[in-house]
Order: sequence, then C-alpha cells, then structure tokens
Amino acid sequence: MADVLVAAEHRRGALRDVTYEAITAGRELADARGGDLHVAVVGGDVDGFAEELNREGVDAIHAVDDGEEFDHNAYQAAVSTLADRIDAGAVVLPNSVNGLDYAPALAEALGVPIVTDAVGFDYDDGLTVTREMYGSKVETTVDVAGDRFVLTVRGGEWPPAEGVGDATVEAADVDIPESGARVTGFEEVGGGDVDIADADVLVSVGRGIEEEENLELVEELADALGATLSASRPIVDNGWLPKNRQVGQSGKVVTPDVYIAVGISGAVQHVAGMKGSDTIVAINTDPNAPIFDIADYGIVGDLFDVVPELIDEFA
Amino acid sequence: MKVLVTVKEVAEADDDFAIEGTDIAESDLEYDLNEWDDYAVEAAVQLAEAGIADEVVTVTVGPERAEETIRMALAKGADRAVRVWDEALDGGFADVASKVALFEAVVDEEEPDLILGGVQAADTGFGATGVALAERIGFEHAAVVNQLDVDADAGVAHVHRELEGGVEELTDVDLPAVLTVQTGLNEPRYASLRGIRQAQRKEIAARDLSDLGLTADDVESALTITEMYEPESESDAEIIEGDAGESAGRLAEVLRDKGVGA
Repeated sequence: MADVLVAAEHRRGALRDVTYEAITAGRELADARGGDLHVAVVGGDVDGFAEELNREGVDAIHAVDDGEEFDHNAYQAAVSTLADRIDAGAVVLPNSVNGLDYAPALAEALGVPIVTDAVGFDYDDGLTVTREMYGSKVETTVDVAGDRFVLTVRGGEWPPAEGVGDATVEAADVDIPESGARVTGFEEVGGGDVDIADADVLVSVGRGIEEEENLELVEELADALGATLSASRPIVDNGWLPKNRQVGQSGKVVTPDVYIAVGISGAVQHVAGMKGSDTIVAINTDPNAPIFDIADYGIVGDLFDVVPELIDEFA
Repeated sequence: MKVLVTVKEVAEADDDFAIEGTDIAESDLEYDLNEWDDYAVEAAVQLAEAGIADEVVTVTVGPERAEETIRMALAKGADRAVRVWDEALDGGFADVASKVALFEAVVDEEEPDLILGGVQAADTGFGATGVALAERIGFEHAAVVNQLDVDADAGVAHVHRELEGGVEELTDVDLPAVLTVQTGLNEPRYASLRGIRQAQRKEIAARDLSDLGLTADDVESALTITEMYEPESESDAEIIEGDAGESAGRLAEVLRDKGVGA
C-alpha cells in the first residue's frame, strides 16, 4: 500500500517529457510513504520505452504490450490491474490531455479520491496537495482523506527524472476489455502561410483586446515593429485569428528574441508555449496578472492607451 | 435522442480580492456560467436544431442563486433544467465522487443518450467530473473534445480531441457517451431577448438528496480545502512607470536596444 505507481505517456513513438516529471513526483511520494516506485508503460514500443524509463529512483517497470497509441480503455485497465497486483495505494499521472481522459475513470473504478493538476504536495501520514484555483489567482492546500488516491501533476512543476536506474523490467499481462472508443487517426492543426515559431519578434494578443475590430490596432503595432502577430487561445476560439497563430500548450511553442504580450493574462497553458522567449514584455491592466511573473518588462496599463503611443514611437 | 448538459455556475474573483478563511470573500466574487459549459450548451442546442436531439436538459449542482445561470442556458435553447442542492452540500467542498453521485442519480431519472459538459470549471479547475461520471454509469467517454459530429443512426459520435502541441486525435465513441468539451468547439450564441423571455417559462426542477434517493454519506467529500492564499509573486519584471506616453517611450527604447524595429 506504500508503493506508488506512475504511468508513462507517449505519443507517436516518443515518451513525453511529462512522464519523467511524474516519475520525479512519484519518487518523492514513494520516499515519503516508505514504498517503491513502479512505472507502467502501455502500448507502443514497450521494450524500448522500458529502457528509457529506467531512470534513477525507479524500482520496477511494467510493460503492457497493447496497441500503438493511447487508448483510455487500455490505460485504465492496465493501470488499475497493476495497482491492484502490486498493491500500490497511490497512482501518479501527468495532468495532460490524455491523463484527464482516463485518470478520473481510474479513480472511480478504484474507488479512491482524485486530485488533479497538483503543483506541489506534502505527505506526512496523509496527502496534502497544493493546487491553484480561480484562474491561478490563489493557491490552496487540499487534504485528502485516506492513503489511497490518484494524483495528476501539472507539467513543468517537477524536474524530469534523470540518470540510469537499476529497475526490474517485466512484461505484464493484462486483460484489456473491448473499447467503445476507437482512435482513428491524428491531424496536425494550423498550417497556413505563417509559422509563428520562426519569428524573431512576436506581438501576441489576448482577451484584453475585447472586440474583433480592435485587432487592427495590434496588427498595426506588429507592422510598425516588423513583428509577426500571434495570439492566446480566446482569440483563436473566437475565430478572430486562425489556429496556426495560437501560442500555448495546445498551440505552438515559440521562442522568439522578443515576445510582446498585449492584453494577455498569462494562463498556465499560454505560458507553457512562450516562456522560452528571450525577452518578454507584458502590457496588461491587472497588476496581479500571472504574465508579469514571467515578464522581463511590464507596463501596467490600458492597452488602448499604451499601444497607440507605442505605434507612434515606431511610426 | 436526449442530451443532458452538465453546467456549473462558477465564481470569478475581482482583480482586487480578499481571502476569508479558505475562500475568497463573497463580495469579491462574481458568478457566471462556466465558459467551457457554454460551449457544451451550444453543442447540444445545435444537435436539437439539426433534428438529432429531441430534448436538451441541463443539470446543475448549486444553490438557488444558480438559477440565474441556468436561465442563461435555457435562454440559449435548452428545453428544461434540473437544479440539485441540499443543505448537506452547503459550505463544504464537493469532491469529484460526490458530484458524480448526484449526477448519477439525475442520469437514472433522465436516461439521456448523450451527456455533454465542459472539460473543466474555471473556478476549481479539476477537469474530472465528466470522465468519472462516465465510468460510474457505464457510458463511453472522450475528454477535451474540440470537434463533434454525432451520427445518431449509427450510434456513434465522431470527435476530435485536442492534444498538446497542435495535434488532434480523431476518435469514434459509441453512444451512450459522456463528452467533455474544450472551448473553441463552436461559437456559443448570445441569449436573444425572445430566448430570455421564453426561459422564464421553462421548468427548473429542484431536487435535494432525498428526492434523488441519496443521503449525506453519498456526498461526503474525501477532500478538504485547508488553506487558501495568494501565491508569492515570482516576478522580477522591470515595471515601466509613467503615463501611457511616457511608458510607451521607455518601452520603445528597450525594444530598440533589442534590435526591434531596426
């Protein structure tokens, strides 16, 4: 019951970084509980993946050979079977799109509580999870009753597990019931004529622009600066700019020399896509907006006042 | 085909807010229909308009105040609503399993063929209720759906799931199913004046625990919020002071130093 089980995540033949972060979080939890750390890998090149997953601190790797890509039915069956088989009380998964596609069902099937999107935790006779609420405006600590639970961990909060470990690797046989949800393929979105990932300077616009007509103002700024126009999710959701302009977790990851965030609050999904920019400039009315936490330069002000002045400077 | 839409009235904190105990002060919160659920409502109403859905029922867990939010969903075209609340839920933090117990009881009453809901709620951000509900009631599911095409005759929903990094997964989900939807799935409509007037006459059925055949034990939360605080700012940003003209001038210097506009 003290043991911890982490499930790896892979896509199109490669393990995803969040897997190694979840392993670090899982090791931390296993240490606190005085247990072993098990890693499950389901589908794809399980033998190759098992080798890569053998990082420092991993005690055992269980390879479930089933299918090529993620299938929530197979993942749920494999992880719940393994959790029972090794008597793991805690299951740690990445808080990814696929994690959220089976972790809640897994918790329900195991009859244990679930806490998602952890940014930190303490374990001392019981689990206390740190999470954000109200759009990252506050942090909360959440106590979990009992010592069996499913926990999903936010990407980027734990360092990836490194080194080479001496885990035992074994093929695990699991009965996978037939699924009523079948993956039929993948599709790249966006495309289009502009690749914002290639731009040296990006002017990026967010919800603060309020109306589609106002986009013209930011386009003018991008022109004046010789920059490329990009956007945060709400602008693309509204259909004001095409998907290939979206910066963020579900859009493009960009690393320009200069990133100017105009009216963008800086939700964690957006920040994931642009935090690698050399210089980050933020213009926003809310001084507590998370974008200022990662900005190098900030103007706390109304974009409708500041941007026209800035255009004049470069006109 | 009957579509059930789970909606939530979410609280949003003002720019300036105070924390009282383990929550934000009531006076600093504003309530609104959860953005993700707005897309779910729109998807359901579009299914009705296309003749695929015969009835769209919304269900929410919330106190009487939440009726304002439900009326919004009704004004946009949902046929009727169920609001679940009970004293036992007052003041506590309902975990995923508690909400699932409530929704399960409503599903037993309504017997929908398709359940739609937002992938997450803007306030708590758990992102778990829909998928956990599917498991409890034995429906198929898909999370983070950003494209939806229901083939009722074949009993299949063809969906796209939005993965990270600009990749979408194409999945066929057998009905009955629970789908949790991502923003951008469609363009949620504004409630028309006519819709708002009609919504006043639509039924909002109130249900408490005993109506649903549940007890307080069924909604006892395994999670307790023990602390709430403002995160420490990690900012080392140079904040450029001054009025719009001055700050824009100073920023222009910084940008020129970085080679912008050269």
